Formats: sequence, structure tokens, C-alpha cells
Amino acid sequence: MPKDSNVGASPKRREDIRFLTGRGKYTDDIQIAGQAHAVFVRSQVAHGAIRSIDTSAAKDMPGVLAIFTGADFADVGGNPAGWLINSRDGTPMKEPKRPVLAHGKVRHVGDAYAAVIAETADQARDAAEAIVADIEELPAVVNMAQALSGSTYVHDEIGTNQCFDWGWIEDNRAATDAAIKGAAHVTTLDLVNNRLVPNAMEPRASTGDYDPGTGEYTLHTTSQNPHLTRLLIAAFVLGIPENKLRVIAPDVGGGFGSKIYHYGEEALVLAAARRLGRPVRWTASRSESFLTDAHGRDHVTRIELATDKDGHFLAFRTETMANVGAYLSNFATVTPTFLHGTLMAGNYTVPHVYVNVKAVFTNTAPVDAYRGAGRPEATFSLERVIDKCARELGIDPIELRRRNFVKPDQYPFTSAAGLQYDSGNYDALMDKLEELADRNGFAARRSASEAKGLLRGFGVNSYIEACGIAPSNLVGILGARVGLYDAATVRVNATGSLAVMVGAHSHGQGHETVFPQIVADMLGIDPASIEIVHGDTARIPFGMGTYGSRSLAVCGSAVVRATEKIIAKGKKIAAHMLEAAEGDIEFAEGRFGVAGTDKGVSFGEVAFKAYVPHNFPHEALEPGLEETAFYDPANFTYPSGAYACEVEVDPETGKVTIDRFVAVDDFGNVMNPMVVTGQVHGGLGQGIGQALLENTTYDANGQLITASYMDYAMPRADDLPFYTVDHSCVTPCTHNPLGVKGCGEAGAIGSPPTIVNAVIDALQSGGKPVTHIDMPLSPARVWAAMNA
Amino acid sequence: MTQVSMTVNGKAVSGVVEGRTLLVDFLRGNLRLTGTHVGCDTSQCGACVVHVDGRAVKACTMFALEAEGAQVRTIEGMANADGSLGVIQQAFQDHHGLQCGFCTPGMVMSAAALLKDNPRPTEAEVRAHLEGNICRCTGYHNIVKAIMAASGQDVAAIAAE
Repeated sequence: MPKDSNVGASPKRREDIRFLTGRGKYTDDIQIAGQAHAVFVRSQVAHGAIRSIDTSAAKDMPGVLAIFTGADFADVGGNPAGWLINSRDGTPMKEPKRPVLAHGKVRHVGDAYAAVIAETADQARDAAEAIVADIEELPAVVNMAQALSGSTYVHDEIGTNQCFDWGWIEDNRAATDAAIKGAAHVTTLDLVNNRLVPNAMEPRASTGDYDPGTGEYTLHTTSQNPHLTRLLIAAFVLGIPENKLRVIAPDVGGGFGSKIYHYGEEALVLAAARRLGRPVRWTASRSESFLTDAHGRDHVTRIELATDKDGHFLAFRTETMANVGAYLSNFATVTPTFLHGTLMAGNYTVPHVYVNVKAVFTNTAPVDAYRGAGRPEATFSLERVIDKCARELGIDPIELRRRNFVKPDQYPFTSAAGLQYDSGNYDALMDKLEELADRNGFAARRSASEAKGLLRGFGVNSYIEACGIAPSNLVGILGARVGLYDAATVRVNATGSLAVMVGAHSHGQGHETVFPQIVADMLGIDPASIEIVHGDTARIPFGMGTYGSRSLAVCGSAVVRATEKIIAKGKKIAAHMLEAAEGDIEFAEGRFGVAGTDKGVSFGEVAFKAYVPHNFPHEALEPGLEETAFYDPANFTYPSGAYACEVEVDPETGKVTIDRFVAVDDFGNVMNPMVVTGQVHGGLGQGIGQALLENTTYDANGQLITASYMDYAMPRADDLPFYTVDHSCVTPCTHNPLGVKGCGEAGAIGSPPTIVNAVIDALQSGGKPVTHIDMPLSPARVWAAMNA
Repeated sequence: MTQVSMTVNGKAVSGVVEGRTLLVDFLRGNLRLTGTHVGCDTSQCGACVVHVDGRAVKACTMFALEAEGAQVRTIEGMANADGSLGVIQQAFQDHHGLQCGFCTPGMVMSAAALLKDNPRPTEAEVRAHLEGNICRCTGYHNIVKAIMAASGQDVAAIAAE
């Protein structure tokens, strides 16, 4: 077996061949004979009462097959929230119905209230323009503070725009307040975590099909988790038995969170396919993606950090308003709460933490998890206020962090925010960072920049995140309405090739290459003989999908467990073949041998025998070699890292340029360094985008004014530097079989505060008394702050 | 509806299209060459870049009828004659220059146009050339590296595995 394909090596990705030759199969690439096309009619106002919808002209237009409005779905279910959050007073969150099509009211620009099905997409578009809706525009609720104090409600039936008012941990509140009151020093910071649009490059698309002969529905859709989508549509929205709905998520062009969720378009194409007896397809335009994909972040926060006179952290207290938009997307309620508040102790031994989050309905697109999901918001608040505190106390920002780090001998460590960190070594990460970032050379580089008339700043950050989502026991107590295990089936074919069916979905993460490395190592076989199957509810056992940096830690662990079962079954077969006791069979390097002898059979011989079971004792030994495992993690995993960057700021224009960026991460054991590095790069690109470029802006009327790539500043190649990435500081996860922690979100979590800290450092070095600038740090914002 | 004929990846093709049919829709819909992607509706993302008479063109910005008689090359025409990956494609695989793969065809076509005019571009030149191609997965690091490697430059000094 080639050594360069083992765990820890970086074999080239096998999936690249089809993508590089134009043979990927994304949802919109798949055509089904007889297909019709759906186009949605979307609200142009942020908030309005639907008085009437006149479809009479549209329905007679060429090619039109059917028109649906909200009335057609008034009697079916809604798209549910996946996590129940209780307010501080014990009352459950407000969960207004999220219908397939808006009915009665439209609640954000882009809210679909009708759909046209026609022979061609152009005909459907033409007819959509002929639908006349009388929508009485209502005042829009856009600003969160005004939403909480005003009397215009996004959902009239709940009589408030507050979804919940959550405290974490409520029992810690008084002690936190007391610690802050009695502290020698308190640093306070008001900040905004800017609203982002995930912008996977493949727009959402869905094709519904219905077979009247069998009563089976098939949905091709852009999903990170086809089983979850099946569950939501089947059980909550359309009321279809799960065994009559097949969901296929073929190649998917990026997700970053936005394709976790079930969206109404998926239900509509299925319902339309059933009514018409034809496949119905829909592909979003980019404009529709901006208007209707779940957005990310959008927090307004005040954070306070109390310390003693030496900079030892005594308490963090935060108050946050989190925008959930017009409807609750599936994980909108857990993102600003348990994925955010539980991380508010950071990497630190701080004794007291209290977090208050008010979730607010507004007339904007739904907001949900986006790469990092709550953890970037936690890290940004913590690492910005720590940096401000360091400046106020005159302590070096790295020294201040080190002074408060959890130390290697303190694990398992229960943080003041309630999580139990299993492993880590934050000082080692910081040591590595200082080395790679060449902090000693900074002064000379700053002088060189100053000689050019530029201000240079150095920024640093430590982060911890909770990944490997998630232990079902724990999340069940906390309000999750699903379990968060994953599943895998290892099928060994008679001639020795393998199919491994996994619940995780790969849409850029490289599972098709990395999972075979793991199985091949365990079985001592060539990874080329192993095929990964994912993304089809009819072909994989079950799965909760890909998000929260969970694929390897959770689904990879299921793959390990299933492979262990294959080895165990193989031992039984080998014992029979070798006429030995099962307990005497040892398996190593692809061979089942009898301990203490040279007798043995190869893995391939056992596989063949499993399917040609002549003379098997059938009561004791089943034919076949196929095993399934469900894996439910015992705890979250806790990747951590230390990041540094250096920026140059042009004082004439306010333009920020990143000169160098170093990311040092502890992801536990690394299966494929090339893929892990690529994941970090991507996260950095998105985090730098958030820090310097991207912002989602609604005007006071709720119009999205950043709804195209001409208005929303996506990072381009010339906005970003080469990165230095290191993951050599390894403390393995202690509770999963691979010792892995997850790497998908780290870059997006660790980078924004690093950059802002660097810019503040640059400005202060130029004598500008600037202590904070809200992201994105556009030239206009930086210049304004410098010249305030 | 009008008849349109062109040469795509060396093969004469024709079809009947509306005046408003975009070249990208003709390639994807009529010819079933779905490697050319549509990622936006404002000609910003570059997922649809193809070559028309040797020039890189965003196929969402051109009507199919405008390509009458043209030589069109798409991602499906970039592999070597024996089916193996072309130099740029191979460099993208070698340097992990793609993740989800959606922007990749446009990136490869754009890179090919760059290297035709500028056989040894600097990092800054590569980054500037990719202004019209958006990738959300890679942070561009490995794309830039792959293109520089495809031009025969030594990229070993650029950090990463």
C-alpha cells in the first residue's frame, strides 16, 4: 500500500478530477425528463398586509402550468425551529409559524408569496411579472433596539418582537455582578458583530419529483444534511412518511451554514410535482440568494471585563441583542445562545461569566448559523475587550492573555460558562505563534512602514471553540429537538472493494479522500479500493450532516466504530476458516492470523468467504460483511488557537492592508494536513472578509441595499495575503477514537478580532486615540475614526 | 427562435435559441455542458468564464447568438487528448486549489487566459487577474499558488502543506 495515502499524509483529492473537468453534478446540472420550472414571486416591501393576489392574467400566459399562493399551504405545517430556548423567567421562546409561502402578511423583502410553474424558466418569469398583488405596506421593523421598544410587530399574533430573553448561567448572575462591582478595573466595550451573507458560490436549487405509481417523492436539493431536510419536510411541513421521501444532495457548491436549513422552496417543488405529475425545478438567482438565504452574525453587544490590579480576569458580563430576522430558521435560536454564551469564558480561568441574549424578530431575512455560528461572536467580544483592557492596564496583550490561560495541568477544566474542556495547551500555541509571527522583528517592520508614511499594527488573538456537535444527552437537556450523533455503514463487497456510506455531507471538505485514509489504515488495504457514498437518503443509513466542524469528529468516529465491527466480524469468519478459536485471532496490516502461529488469511480472503459461505455454521455465523455504527459524542471537542496579523494603515485614506497573517491551531490529531490547511485558509478568507469588507445593510424601510456582488464586498484574490498556517501543536481530543477536534470554522472564528486589534494598534501607534471601530474596517470607517 | 452554430471544444454544434438566450444557458441547457456554472446575475463571480475565439469571456454576459461561428472552449475541453488533466488543472489538484469545485471551472479558464498572455505572472499579477473570479472556499491562497506553479515557477517557498 502506498505510504503517502495513510492517515497523516496528504494524498491528492480524488473528487478534484470531476470538478476540474467540468463533470461535477450539482443540483442545477441534473435534468429530469419532463421537468417544469418554478419561479417565485417575492415581496418587494419589508412588511406588508397581503390584501389580494390576482393571478388571472398570469395563469393564461404561454407555458404556465400552475400558480401557487400562500392559501394553497394554509393547511399544511410550518418549517420548525430545531432548538427550544427558554427565557430567564422560564417561559418558552416565541415560535411563530414559518409557512411554505407567505400568507396574510409578508415579513421581509424577498418573502415569497406566490410561485409560478411553467414549461420554461423564462415563461415562468414572464408570468410571475403578470401577477398583481395588492400588498399594503406596513412600517418596517429593522433596528433591533427599536424592535424591542416599538409597537409594530413582525408577528402580530405574538404581540412582541422579542423571541426570548436568555441568561447564561442565570445562577451566576449575582456573583458576576458582585465581582464587577468590587473589581479594581473594569473595561467596557460596545460592539457590533456585522451581519453577513454566507454566499456559497452555488446558489440554492431544488428539483421535486413524484411517482404516482409508488407514491414516492424525490427531492434533489442543495443541502448540507439531506436526512435532516427529509425529516423536516416529511414530519413537519408536508406530512409525508419518511420512507416515501428520498432526498438527494448531490455535489453541493459550498454551504458555510446556509444550506443546513430547510427552505420553503424545497416543499413547494415537491407539492407542485405531485399536483402536476411532473418534475418541478427551481434555481435561485444570486439576488434571491442574497434576499432569502439565512444570513449570519448580526449581534449588538456590550461586554465588560473586570480584573484585579494585576490583570487577572475576575468576570465577563455581556448583554447582546441578536437578530433572528423575520422567521426562525432551523437553528436560529441555538446559534446566539448555546453556541455563543457557553464560550464566553474563552481560554481563561476567569471565575465568573454571565451572558444575556435577547433574540429579536425584525423585517429582515432569517439569521442563522454561518461558519463559526456563535463562536465568532463570542471570540470577537472577548478578544476585543481583552485587548482594550491590556491597553488600559498597560500590559502587553500576549502577556495579559497568558496570565489568565487555563494551564495544561488543569484539564479536564470546567469553564465558568459551563463547558468541560478536555484538552489544550494555550501557552504552547502562543509560543509557536510568537515564533512564526516573528514578533521580535516587528519593531523594525514598523519603522520601515513609518518611513513609507504608513502605520503598522500587530494584533493577536486566542480562541477556543466547541465543535464536534454534539452530545445528544447534553443538547437534549439544553433544548435541542434532535440528537446530534452521526452514522456510517461499511460495506465490504465480495471481491474486497468497499463502499462506506456516511451521514456527513461533503461540499468542499474532502471527505471522499480523507475518510478512505482512515478506513484503509484500520484495515491495512489500499484506499483506492474504498468509495465514499454520501448525500442520498436512499443510499446512506442516516446522518445529521455537515456543520459545526463535526464531520470528522462525529461521523469519522462512526466510520471508525463501523470499521471496528467489520474487523470483529472478520475475526469470526477467519476463526472459522482457520479452525481456530475466535479469541486467538489477531488482525494487523490487512491479515487475520492465529496468535503464536504463522497461520492466517488476508482481509480479501475473509471478504470473499463472507459472501461465499460454504460450510458456515449459520446459527453462529451470518454471511455477509457489512456493519453500521451510530456514534454519539461524549462531549464537544475544543479546538483552540492563537492568531496574529500585521496590518498597514494608510493614514491618508484609511485603507487597511494585511501584510502577514499567522494562524496556529490545535485541532488534535490531523488526518490530512493538506485538507486541514485548506479549511483554515477558507475560514481566514471569510473572517478577513468580515473584518475588512463585508457588511449586510438594510435601510430604514427594510430594503436590502447590499443585494449583489456590486454592493456586497466579497473578498477577492487581491484583498487577501498568503497565510502562514501551523497545526503542529497537538493535544488530542480525549473522548473520540481519532483524537480529532475539527478544523472547518477556526479561521473564521479567530481572524476578525486579530485584524481589528492590529488596526487599533496601528492607529494608536500614530497617536490616534481610537479604541474601537466596528467591522467592516472599510477605508471610510477607519478614516472617520482617525479623524473624529 | 433562431438557429445558432458554433464550434465548442473542437466540435461543430448548433441549436435553436431565443434572442435572449445567454451563451451560458446554451452551453448548459442545449449542449448539456454543465461544467460552466452560473454563480451570480451581475457578471461578477466568474464561475461562467469560457474562451470565445481565444479570449476569456463571462458566458453570462454574452448572447448565444453573438457566438455564431465562434470557437468556444469550455472546462470540458481543457483536459489533455488522452483524458489526463491539463497543466493548470493538474496544478489545481496538486496544490489543493479547489474545495467545493463550483468556482473552479471559471478559475481554470481565467488562469489559462492569464498564462497565455503572461507566462510567468507575479503573485500580484495573478491576484489582480482574478479580480473577476470569486471563490468562497479557499481564501485564494492555493488558487494563486496553483496558477503560479502551473506557470512553471517554484512555489515551495509559499507556506502550506
